Amino acid sequence: MNGEELTEQETALYDRQIRVWGVDAQRRLSKSHVFVSGLKGTAVEFCKNIVLAGVGSLVLNDDNPATGEALAANFLIPFDENMGGEGSLAELCCDSLKDFNPMVHVSVEKGDLSTFGVDFFEKFDVVVISCCSLAAKKSVNEKCRKLSKRVAFYTVDCRDSCGEIFVDLQNYSYAKKKVDETVQCQLQYPSFEEAIAIPWRSLPRRVAKLYFAMRVVERFEDVEKRRPGETSIADLPNVMKLRNELCLAHSLNESQIPDSLLERLVVSTKEFPPVSAVLGESSARLFEVIKAISGKGDPLKNFFFFDAVDGKGVIEDISTS
Amino acid sequence: MEHLSAIKGAKVLMVGAGGIGCELLKTLALSGFQDIHIIDMDTIEVSNLNRQFLFRQSHVGQSKAKVAREAVLRFRPQISITPYHANVKDSDFNVDFFKQFSVVLNGLDNLDARRHVNRLCLAADVPLVESGTTGFLGQVTVHIKGRTECYECQPKPAPKTYPVCTITSTPSKFVHCIVWAKDLLFAKLFGDKNQDNDLNVRSNDSASSSDHSEDVFERKKDEDFEQYAKRIYDHVFGHNIESALSNEETWKNRNKPRPIYVKDVLSDEIQQNGNVDKTPATDNSSMLSAMAYLGLKNPQDIWSLKENSRVFFAALKLFFSKRQKEIGNLSFDKDDHLAVEFVTAAANIRAASFGIPLHSLFEAKGIAGNIVHAVATTNAIIAGLIVIEAIKVLQNDSKSCRMTYCLEHPSRKMLLMPVEPFEPNKACYVCSETPLVLEVNTHRAKLRDVVEKIVTSKLGMNLPLITHGSGLLYEVGDDLEEDMVANYAANLEKVLSELPYAITGGTMIQVEDLQQELVCNINIKHREEFDEEKEPDGMVLHGWTQAPAAENKDTATSSSNNGASTSSTSTTLVPTDMEEDDELTILETGIETIAAGKKRKLSDVSNSETPIPTDDKRAKKIAEHAEDDVVVMLDDEKKNSR
Repeated sequence: MNGEELTEQETALYDRQIRVWGVDAQRRLSKSHVFVSGLKGTAVEFCKNIVLAGVGSLVLNDDNPATGEALAANFLIPFDENMGGEGSLAELCCDSLKDFNPMVHVSVEKGDLSTFGVDFFEKFDVVVISCCSLAAKKSVNEKCRKLSKRVAFYTVDCRDSCGEIFVDLQNYSYAKKKVDETVQCQLQYPSFEEAIAIPWRSLPRRVAKLYFAMRVVERFEDVEKRRPGETSIADLPNVMKLRNELCLAHSLNESQIPDSLLERLVVSTKEFPPVSAVLGESSARLFEVIKAISGKGDPLKNFFFFDAVDGKGVIEDISTS
Repeated sequence: MEHLSAIKGAKVLMVGAGGIGCELLKTLALSGFQDIHIIDMDTIEVSNLNRQFLFRQSHVGQSKAKVAREAVLRFRPQISITPYHANVKDSDFNVDFFKQFSVVLNGLDNLDARRHVNRLCLAADVPLVESGTTGFLGQVTVHIKGRTECYECQPKPAPKTYPVCTITSTPSKFVHCIVWAKDLLFAKLFGDKNQDNDLNVRSNDSASSSDHSEDVFERKKDEDFEQYAKRIYDHVFGHNIESALSNEETWKNRNKPRPIYVKDVLSDEIQQNGNVDKTPATDNSSMLSAMAYLGLKNPQDIWSLKENSRVFFAALKLFFSKRQKEIGNLSFDKDDHLAVEFVTAAANIRAASFGIPLHSLFEAKGIAGNIVHAVATTNAIIAGLIVIEAIKVLQNDSKSCRMTYCLEHPSRKMLLMPVEPFEPNKACYVCSETPLVLEVNTHRAKLRDVVEKIVTSKLGMNLPLITHGSGLLYEVGDDLEEDMVANYAANLEKVLSELPYAITGGTMIQVEDLQQELVCNINIKHREEFDEEKEPDGMVLHGWTQAPAAENKDTATSSSNNGASTSSTSTTLVPTDMEEDDELTILETGIETIAAGKKRKLSDVSNSETPIPTDDKRAKKIAEHAEDDVVVMLDDEKKNSR
């Protein structure tokens, strides 16, 4: 064993999970620093989880006020009779998260995500952004990639009863336990921009329909300069028009992006709590710090989709390799 | 959202406020549920806090159901949550109680309670959403009377049973040593003195008093503690091994164990180090630690034989000096640190004797306490899936209901795999009325044997009532007349063929649980002989299928307090103290079989496992259900695990 040992307190608290992923993973987890921006229901589920699991530190970013809808999906913020009280979402969540696990350092970073420069992200090992625009996803991902150290990048989005997780671990090498030996493996992850630029016709057959649908809606919001989730039934005709254009350009059959699916994504943009739970926790699970250390199986690459309607939680590898 | 009205009008019962329960209660509240009832008999412990996020350090010792309610009301004060700090098997929770709910959601930790809730849901005709997790694996299933299989339609794996002689004389695995240390040695030293115990306590080396050899565990009047402790050590690790060696037949095909005596390991240092009086005084007996006293810090370290022996003596001394009052009525508890230290040390010394690799306290605790692996993410995902299924049930959309498996590694790209529910098993003794067949020696077996080995342990009945024709043979209940109680007590001790309403080959008896509203008919078949090794119960029940017990060191645990006559042929290992959310039911179906296989891979299982037969029909159905038919999952997985 190398490095510091876990304290007695840590061993007692983390007993059950150490039995799952081992002491080394626990130690590494306790040294990782995580940044989360966009604190809606799904991201909050993620935060809860990594704090409970015992990450080193967590920095929260969301200046939005804690009002009606934001509160409705948030179990971290105590109900206040005088709604619209003081504090941003990040500040209020921070207080609760600290309480979850006193051994984890939780803090708030104010400011707009787009204003954070490359240097800002250097302090982190993992960056998670949720409910962000296409532009923000691309730009934060690029900033993480410019750093000399590897910063794992995740996006997490939930609309109605569907959701998507994207993972970029860049150049990722990991140890994999075979029968008697441990072999070193390499995985090459594309950035978000690279992944979504891959022509649809060159993707493997039977890619989750949700992948295409999410691209259409994301593109629509980008072109129309909408905030993420700022769509309504009135937009449906235009969204379908865009779908048809994109399908034509990519020579994809329009049936791959059903109207009913688009309608769900556009009309009901609110996160459905059980789906947030599934997604938020799945993203915590995809956490490579935990996954990779156990040396069992490959890290997940690079999209995860969940749709409560068919109940499937699917991993898709959307990369050129 | 159209499901909102279904949610708002629903009254749901949650059973269990542990790992899954905390997540479930939160997600139900966020999803808009207004009327939630929650039953949990447990109180909060430190090792819950890493995932049962509604609880804090300051809540340790309090009721899970009550604290969970308060925590959720802080962010959702307008909803109604009714907590019950009680056992779901209590008679208050009868069929009428269950009938008031639209759906029952289980986040339970043990087979027994799951079976009980299943029966009540069937009797009350309330849909049940059942769940379980182990590590990264989990499952959610939906049980609707008449439409899908009930929880007991598929056989559940039985707790592992070890022949007594393996435990007392021929251990070959570390788990055998743990069972010995926990169920025999610990129970003998600190537990109820009147309980049957298979530990050899006689020192028959004193040729003088042959039939009057004394119990070495009896501390003589004014006997010095050091003397006593050394005597115990030498007896169990030295003398008992020595006398076992004298039976040469046993060791023909086995490695001979090595007797270990104090003088060989510690020379005379125990005299100097044995003084634990200087340990800081503490009122909290759970803080006592032999490790702390000896300066051993890391529970992950594997101690040497010498260190184990020191821990053995220090723990023994701490029990006798600081916890004197508890001696005589202690039973092993995985959260009793000193007990874990003692059992770890004793099991390791025994393992050293038998050439079995030693284990760390952390590992030993896992085996002894039957601690299951638990992570918060799995519980939360499963809870989300439970709510999704519950909403379908509430919308009367049972066609859309799915069983969902949460996998550790993607199988055909899926991490969450939905499968169409199975139809009820027509031969299920719980949800159909198929009679069972009991082969038994009606001239030798007593009614007590049938009650204990069949009715209680196999059929999982809580308040059984046994009738033969019009005659009442046995009944359990609070409001029985005194003369009936006496009558039943007398019946228990009678052999079947001599009962007032004689049970012989060809007769049929009826066993009924009034609380569960479950009736089983059992056809009796007389049989003279039973194989002691293969049929340790001395009777065989047919029509009640039980999956082969997976020999799994992680989940094997034992129980010495089940009051049954365990000393005759076998030590029954019953999962008594499982963590919430887990149990071996994960073996339930094809996929789960794989899941269990993976789980076992997590730990270093040295011996080859008994292969678990997979049910081809189920596997096929699962395979058919998936869209792309590229690979049949079971084969795929098998390859990977070889």
